[in-house]
Amino acid sequence: MEKQVILNATQLDLTLKRLAHELVETHHDFQNSVLIGLQPRGIHVAARIKAQLENILGHSVQAGSLDITFHRDDFRRRETPLLPSVTNIDFSIENKRIILLDDVLFTGRTIRAGLDALLTFGRPSQVQLLTLIDRRYSRDLPIQADYVGKTVDTLASERVAVEWKETEGADCVLLFTKEGNETAQR
Amino acid sequence: MKQLSVDHLTGIIDLSRQDIELILDTASRFKEVINRPIKKVPSLRDITIANVFFENSTRTRLSFELAEKRLSADVVNFSAAGSSVKKGETLVDTVNNILAMKVDMVVMRHPNPGAAKFLSQKIKARVVNAGDGTHEHPTQALLDAFSIREKLGSVEGKKVVIVGDILHSRVALSNIYCLQKLGAEVMVCGPSTLIPKYISELGVQVSHNLREALEWCDVANMLRIQLERQDIKFFPSLREYAALFGLNKELLDSLSKEIVVMHPGPINRGVEITSDVADSKQSIILDQVENGVAVRMAVIYLLAAKIER
Repeated sequence: MEKQVILNATQLDLTLKRLAHELVETHHDFQNSVLIGLQPRGIHVAARIKAQLENILGHSVQAGSLDITFHRDDFRRRETPLLPSVTNIDFSIENKRIILLDDVLFTGRTIRAGLDALLTFGRPSQVQLLTLIDRRYSRDLPIQADYVGKTVDTLASERVAVEWKETEGADCVLLFTKEGNETAQR
Repeated sequence: MKQLSVDHLTGIIDLSRQDIELILDTASRFKEVINRPIKKVPSLRDITIANVFFENSTRTRLSFELAEKRLSADVVNFSAAGSSVKKGETLVDTVNNILAMKVDMVVMRHPNPGAAKFLSQKIKARVVNAGDGTHEHPTQALLDAFSIREKLGSVEGKKVVIVGDILHSRVALSNIYCLQKLGAEVMVCGPSTLIPKYISELGVQVSHNLREALEWCDVANMLRIQLERQDIKFFPSLREYAALFGLNKELLDSLSKEIVVMHPGPINRGVEITSDVADSKQSIILDQVENGVAVRMAVIYLLAAKIER
């Protein structure tokens, strides 16, 4: 596996700042908007975006985390069961504008499950999707993000990993390529 | 990723500590699910479960059925009363006939000890033991452990006394295995006629003095006197039993520390436990019932993951 850095710490920080500003453009003061990070990796994106937003707006922004394990479509199609993470939505989502956040948008199946899981909590007025990395041209379902940190063109055999200071020790986005593969990157 | 080491849940004796912890951790996620506005997840859409009850039950059966429905499984119910069992059909034949209708999992309660284990060796579906005679009642022990963990933070190092009819209790045996595997100390307390002769070989302490036992423990699990399983008199009268082994408010308040009171239900108010104790804030009896659904969802979910497609 060859490792390539797509975004380093500085670039990642700039991207997050830009995404936060894009959100403020649409959601203004966030009076009726909430962030929901998808477990397990989207919660880090949500935490960073929340911090950026609070910095810009000067007041707190509601955020939660959503586990989608029980709504996935690949239960019993895997070797071992999927183990759930914590869901923490301690506010009503009824008539709220929801922004779902995840680190990598790939096949779109996680987001499909996320939409299903979200709707068990009520009926939001709008749901948008923010993804840090969009792996273009690899979708299994008709799902697109409203806010994208960076778009990359990758092969299915490759892997994109978003790493965080809190969990892996450094902020960066990495692309793992099998040797000999040519990758086009935008 | 972790998964259960067993294909069936016939008894706690077959589970490792990791298995028990996996079930309890998964159950806490399901507890969050059953407190949502929509208390249902689609995980088991393609699974059919038969609840086969050869013995009466309200709570356990309802709890299993709710757990199954909240996982979106299809559910069929069968009870021995008014069935072909009365016409002389064997257990394996009865169950195989149910399985011929494409059922993936069987939840069974049966009056004979070992019935669930026997069935699991004879049929292709997953088997969950919902109580086999006086032997084991694994999901009850798991939900008791879950409730203790929820109330006290952990089970490890805690002292639990099981009071009452240990001889006829499947709850007692499963609880002893489960609590010991999780690192708790267990004592049993009751009249000597209701304590099995070789119980101390399981590594539990034995007491015949309720006050002494309660002073020792962090948690008291008060069992029901199972009159329906007692063909002879094991103690002179219920009144005497209640006086010696019943827990009342006066006794509870006179203890040097606050203990947690549990009961697997159904309660005989005024016998093993008085009403004011059952309804006190130290009692977690209704939490146990709520947790029962979450724990059973976890057991079914983790076993269903092992069904071949």
